[in-house]
Amino acid sequence: MTELLLEVQDLSVRFKTDDGAVHAVDRMSLALLPSEVLGIVGESGCGKSVTALSIVGLLPSTAKVTGSVRFEGAELLGASRSRLRKIRGRKISFVFQEPMTSLNPVLRIGNQIEEVVREHMDLSRHAVRGRVLELLDLVHIPDPGRRIDEYPHQLSGGMRQRVMIAMALACDPKILIADEPTTALDVTIQAGILDLLRELRERLGTAIILITHNLGVVADLADRVVVMYAGRKAEEAPVGELFAHPQHPYTIGLLGAVPRPGAARNGRLQEIPGRVPSLAQLPGHCAFADRCPRADERSWSEVPQLRRVSPDHTVACFHPGEG
Amino acid sequence: MTPDQQPMLEVDGLVKHFTLGRGIGGGGRTVYAVDEVSFSIAPGEVLGLVGESGSGKTTVGYCVNRLYQPTAGTIRLDGADITHLSRRRLRPHRRRMHIVFQDPYSSLNPRLTCGQIVGEPLRLHRLARRSEVDGRVVRLFDDVGLRPELRFRYPHELSGGQRQRVGLARALSVSPSLLIADEPVSALDVSVQASVLNLLRDLQRELGFSCLFISHDLATVEFLCDRVAVMYLGKIVEIAPREELFAQPQHPYTQALLSAALVPDPEVQRTRTRVVLDGDIPSPVAPPSGCRFRTRCPLEHESAPRSTEEEPLLIDVTGQGHFVACHLVRRGSEAPRIAESPVELAR
Repeated sequence: MTELLLEVQDLSVRFKTDDGAVHAVDRMSLALLPSEVLGIVGESGCGKSVTALSIVGLLPSTAKVTGSVRFEGAELLGASRSRLRKIRGRKISFVFQEPMTSLNPVLRIGNQIEEVVREHMDLSRHAVRGRVLELLDLVHIPDPGRRIDEYPHQLSGGMRQRVMIAMALACDPKILIADEPTTALDVTIQAGILDLLRELRERLGTAIILITHNLGVVADLADRVVVMYAGRKAEEAPVGELFAHPQHPYTIGLLGAVPRPGAARNGRLQEIPGRVPSLAQLPGHCAFADRCPRADERSWSEVPQLRRVSPDHTVACFHPGEG
Repeated sequence: MTPDQQPMLEVDGLVKHFTLGRGIGGGGRTVYAVDEVSFSIAPGEVLGLVGESGSGKTTVGYCVNRLYQPTAGTIRLDGADITHLSRRRLRPHRRRMHIVFQDPYSSLNPRLTCGQIVGEPLRLHRLARRSEVDGRVVRLFDDVGLRPELRFRYPHELSGGQRQRVGLARALSVSPSLLIADEPVSALDVSVQASVLNLLRDLQRELGFSCLFISHDLATVEFLCDRVAVMYLGKIVEIAPREELFAQPQHPYTQALLSAALVPDPEVQRTRTRVVLDGDIPSPVAPPSGCRFRTRCPLEHESAPRSTEEEPLLIDVTGQGHFVACHLVRRGSEAPRIAESPVELAR
């Protein structure tokens, strides 16, 4: 068996707020293989971004994180700040949703990428500039020699996202965590960014954790998918399996809720009644029970544990099935 | 649309230019947001207006509703020219069209209860006696699937989907003949989008209003619309009945847009030919000469130099209402394809 690159076990994240504790993530487990693309899907507030941030210790101090996060076999949770700094950016790096607010508006993009390169690599000044140009070229920014001296506002949204990816790749990370990397972008630009991520995985072998609410993005790029609901994992399966044979009623609902190209105009979209529950109080029962057509007494009294429906397909539901 | 039918909305040669203020890099330059856009919507018809950010689709919606004053062109609502009417003279027409905005958070007055928000148009247009307003509001809440108790709540107490329903109830309170919906679901979560889209379609069929549905999402437009217009950089590049546009896209931009749209099905999505356009949408401050799409067009080499000199006109290529503005598309002949293999869609 291939060695796991990243293993998250029983990760729970609680935030202390004025209105009491918010359970953003509840006993999440994830595993990532080298050069694998893992999609984490869910709606706003399901805990997908918090999960990702907690992996590299980027949560604010109000967060109480328990469980275990092992990167290449070594525990990251509770690791010293200096050790985390060595891993962040160098081994595990991040691309955020909003490329405009993640870049410093008053620094040339070349300088911003340079900063990352210098922080993590011991290179001469001349070599640093060479590396920056190489990175801009890697993410297919046309005319890098000119772009290197431009400011973020001179670039379009798609180009800025490419700069963000270049920064994330500065030190050849093992894992790239991309949090809604195409959400702020137009359709035709989004396609280019997804192609770029695919190419990077193939060329550099970078593993990618792809966080998104967009099932189309997952269908395009992910190898394996985790569906999250209210801070918990609802279902996990290889991408083809998940779309062809979804088991959790929430997954089935999500898939039916999206209008598909070519779908008959008279078919209705599947609705999921109700709304995502508040995370202030994690229920002692299935969090989806109040919106679920299959809920019964048991769903209202117990939290369903993940169970295996096939060797690589798990689901947290008392009544799994495609029905 | 039969030719003898009076269109509910007729937009003819609509132009909207903005002059930039004296901010950084501004200095009196002009943004050519919408340029010579013409279309019409029949009674009971849903027209989708699709485009990426900066294409001018929202500006068209705002001009139609006179939230913006058009620079040139005419807007006729059920035959009446409303382009230059004063606020006072426009008022009787206002109740015939209403708009639902994209953001359900900023488009509802936070200091009014949801019931007051929905009842306000009724009061302003004097469509109901004071004693009747509440009853009408209750019925409107029911129509859009909101519990009547929610009319005493304030917008911040409601979820995004519920707020968008309040916006819809407000728009429908005046029984408009034309509803302008500007990306009404794009700020909502996926599971909530579905119910709002279903609702919008049910209400449209039941009440029979015309609708200008503005969206960047092709699948949503295909779900909801009878006819679709595709905008690029302030121009309509293609307009056609829904089935035809999705099955036989003609304009290279429409083809690219369809090929780039993601299909939530890995098998289909990974076997499709995807055409990624070069570069980005040019700035509407300095749109390219001639064909505005030429800087990104995969077929530019075939249409040059004509594409740089001459602006392509919208022509009816089938003779049955499929309009395309491209130098390479001719009436009666097959449209050029941007990819080797034809653009395959999930069907």
